[in-house]
Parts: sequence; structure tokens; C-alpha cells
Amino acid sequence: MIELDIRKELAGAQGSFTLDVKMRIERGEFVTLFGLSGAGKTTLLRCIAGLAAPDSGSIRVNGEAWFGGGETLPVQRRRVGYMFQDYVLFPNMTVRGNLEFARRPGADRHRVSELIEIMALGELQHRKPATLSGGQQQRVALARALAADPQLLLLDEPFSALDQETCLRLQDEVLRLQRHFAITTVMVSHDVSEVYRLSRRVLVIEHGRIAREGAPAEIFGAGRAGGKFVFAGEVLAIEAADVVFAVTLLVGNQIVRVIVTAEERLRLKPGDRVMLLSKAFNPVLVPC
Amino acid sequence: MHYDWQPLLLTFKLAAITTFILCLIGIPFAWWLSQTKVRIKPALEALVAMPLVLPPSVLGFYLLLAFSPAHWFGGAVEHMTGIKLAFSFSGLVVASVIFSFPFLVHPVQSGFQNLPQSLSEAASTLGKSRWQIFLHVLLPNIKPSLLAGIVLSFAHTIGEFGVVLMIGGNMPGETRVASIAIYDEVEALNYGTANFYALVLFGVCFAILLGVYLVNKKLAMRVG
Repeated sequence: MIELDIRKELAGAQGSFTLDVKMRIERGEFVTLFGLSGAGKTTLLRCIAGLAAPDSGSIRVNGEAWFGGGETLPVQRRRVGYMFQDYVLFPNMTVRGNLEFARRPGADRHRVSELIEIMALGELQHRKPATLSGGQQQRVALARALAADPQLLLLDEPFSALDQETCLRLQDEVLRLQRHFAITTVMVSHDVSEVYRLSRRVLVIEHGRIAREGAPAEIFGAGRAGGKFVFAGEVLAIEAADVVFAVTLLVGNQIVRVIVTAEERLRLKPGDRVMLLSKAFNPVLVPC
Repeated sequence: MHYDWQPLLLTFKLAAITTFILCLIGIPFAWWLSQTKVRIKPALEALVAMPLVLPPSVLGFYLLLAFSPAHWFGGAVEHMTGIKLAFSFSGLVVASVIFSFPFLVHPVQSGFQNLPQSLSEAASTLGKSRWQIFLHVLLPNIKPSLLAGIVLSFAHTIGEFGVVLMIGGNMPGETRVASIAIYDEVEALNYGTANFYALVLFGVCFAILLGVYLVNKKLAMRVG
């Protein structure tokens, strides 16, 4: 169980702000920190891991003080499995070497072999990371994080660099492993579909604070906007069309055009991540 | 014309010992320098780089003064270890280590600096100590920089002349390295012998550098 109550001054793109978060995560839970880039999600994750230090507050994990009262438990002794956004595999070691390196002294020798088997890395185990595809590297990074037998799994936007198909496959994998090892997991994400698929609880972080908290369906679902379908998308272009504006969106791997008013247009610019809500009063379902 | 291998052997012995000592001191120092945030870092970096721009005679002059048994440094070294630094092989080693320091530290330091910070972070989340990270993660990933640093400092020590002349003199078997011997032979109009030493140095240095470029090409291909 994680009990966290911290503050840290952060320098953002629009001036500095304070990361001020109080939260509690139960053992075995899968929680997502959701929000825009620069909201402080990754810093929060780094504070839990011990890669960054809060200015004040406390972090307790399973009754053990990790931070607070002038004491800081070094990152080496926190036993976290941290998966970086760009995986950060050790280039000088093979796939198996990466996993062996992660194994803690005295830990079960079979764990590495077990992970290689579970994650179907057998074929790749003697290859160097540079020769692997993005999806393969991601699997190795996940296996490495688990090889350290962590009491806490921290995932920093683990699927952001992958194509849609690989992404879905690996999300299933993460879910399966998280349940297999019953490991408390905190994931940072800005992808709604990802949050829906993986976590039971989502904390929406805005400007360093928890703005909303609840099950993904409550946060993104019908209750809030009266819509039934929710898609996460990115604004690609905005064009004027008579009195309204046509916004071109990238949703998943599809391009969609949506009409918005001049007023709504003011709040959007290309590159923005948006949520597309649609009422499902007339859906067409086609078997595929 | 007589061929004496002694100056050449002495040169390579000096270069090998110097490079070995440089690795022991210079690699950890380069690592520290790449990480540190101390305020005197620019001053330290300037000091390390000094031998690149300073005339060897300047460095040689001060080392000569410092190595003298009358000076506190030379006196203390002689008193404590019995080693005489002025006009001796040991003195040459000390001077060469100082003089070739930037040639090892610079490439190795930039090698460490070019490694992503997240590499150390990833290893530390896996419970590894700073020393384990240095040995198993950082060092193996800067092999081309290490190779460049080691070879450059070795080759630079071979090519040393001014400092050796100032503090070593010209004692056969002790301080008469090949570069001094060439100068000496030319002065005595023994062009043939001078040519022999010069040609060997030329060939060896070329072979070493060629080796480095070939190995680096291979390393680059393996990564790419």
C-alpha cells in the first residue's frame, strides 16, 4: 500500500507551479495517473521511485518510510520496477543479460528463465537491444522491470512509442503479468483507451494537482458529457469553412473531421490532445 | 651507423606505464568530472586542458623546479619513497602522466557525458550501486571513447619531446627516449640512425591510429 502526500516546485512551460498530491494506493491495485504532458505525472512517478526528491511531505510504502522526516530511502533500496518511456535497455548486454543484471542478489535464479518464457523472449534472448523492434524492446523492458522482483511496478507512458496493433497486444500482456504477479502498479498515461483497458482507477492530474479521481468510466464516460463514445485524439489541422471551422483529428490510426464553432476553435490548436465525445443514438455496427 | 633499440624500447615502456597510470587515475576522474556540479568545475577543466596549449618547456621548467630535491615536493617524494624524480625515468613517468592527462580525460569525459542519464537511473532502480553502474553499465557503453583516450595518450607520450628534454636530459637507458635520440643523432650528423628511429616511430604511430579507426568502424557497424 502506498500512502503519499508530497509537494514539489516544478518549472513548467507556462511558468512554475507546485506539484501537490495526496493519494493512497492499495496493494495489488492498478492505478493510472492521467493528464496532459507537463502536468507533473512523470515527476510524481519519479518521486515514488526515488529518482527525484519532493520538497516536502512523506511517502510510505507497505508501512516503510521511503521519504519524509528528513529521511530518504535511496532508490536502490526501494525495490521498484521502473519502466522508462524510451525503455532504456542496456545496449552492452543481451536480452538475457539485461534481465540477469536486474535480478537481485540472492533472488530466485529461475525468475529470469520464467520471465523469458512468459514473455516469449526465448528467440531473442541472445540478441542485443539495438537489433530489436520497438515492441520487442518494450517487452524486454517490462520483463527487466519484473526481473528485479519489485514490490511496486511504475510504468511511464509505456506504450507511447508503439503502433496501434503492438500497443493493444502489449497492453494485454501488461495486464496479464500484473495479475499474475499481483503487483501494485502505477502507470502514467495520456491515452484514454489505454487507461480504460488497463486500470480500475484513474487520477487526473492537472497543473500538479489531482483534479478528479475515480473509475475510468466515471471520469471519461457518460456521466460527464452525456456522451457514450469517448475517443482520444490529436488535432492535426484547423481550417475555416464559412462560419464554422473544420478540425482534422487523428483518432487511433484514423483521420476524422469534426465541425466546431468559432468560439470552440479558439481553445484548439494543432498538436493539442483532445477527447472526442459522441452520443450513440444511431450507431452502425458492422461485423469484421 | 649503429642501431640501438634501447631508446625505442624506453619510449614504449614509458608510454605503456604512463597510459596504465593514466587509466587508473584519469578514467575515474573523467567520470567524476562528467557528473560533478562543483563550482570550481570550469577551473578544473581549464587546468586539465592546460597541457594542450602550454609550451612543453613551460611545464617542463616548473616540473624541473618541483622535482629538485631542494624543493619541498621533490624532497618529500625522495624522503618518503626514495625515488629521485629529477633526471630519472620515474620523473619522466610523472611528467608524462600530467602532460598526457587531457588526451585521456577529454574523450572519456565526453563519452560519459553523451550517455543518457536514464541509463544510470535505470540501473539504480534495479538496486545497483554507483560502482556497479560505473563498471557494468557506463564503462562498457563508452568503449570507443575509452579506446580513443587510451590510444591518444599512448601515442602522445611516444611523441613527447620538450618536457622530456627539460626534466629528463639524455641519459641512455634512463631518460634517452626515441624523440631525444633522434634530435641527438641529427646534431651529431648521424642521419642514418636518426632516420631509423624516426621511421620506426612513424610506422608504429601510423599502425596504432589505423588500428583505432578500424576498430571504431567495426564498433559503429555493430551498434548501427
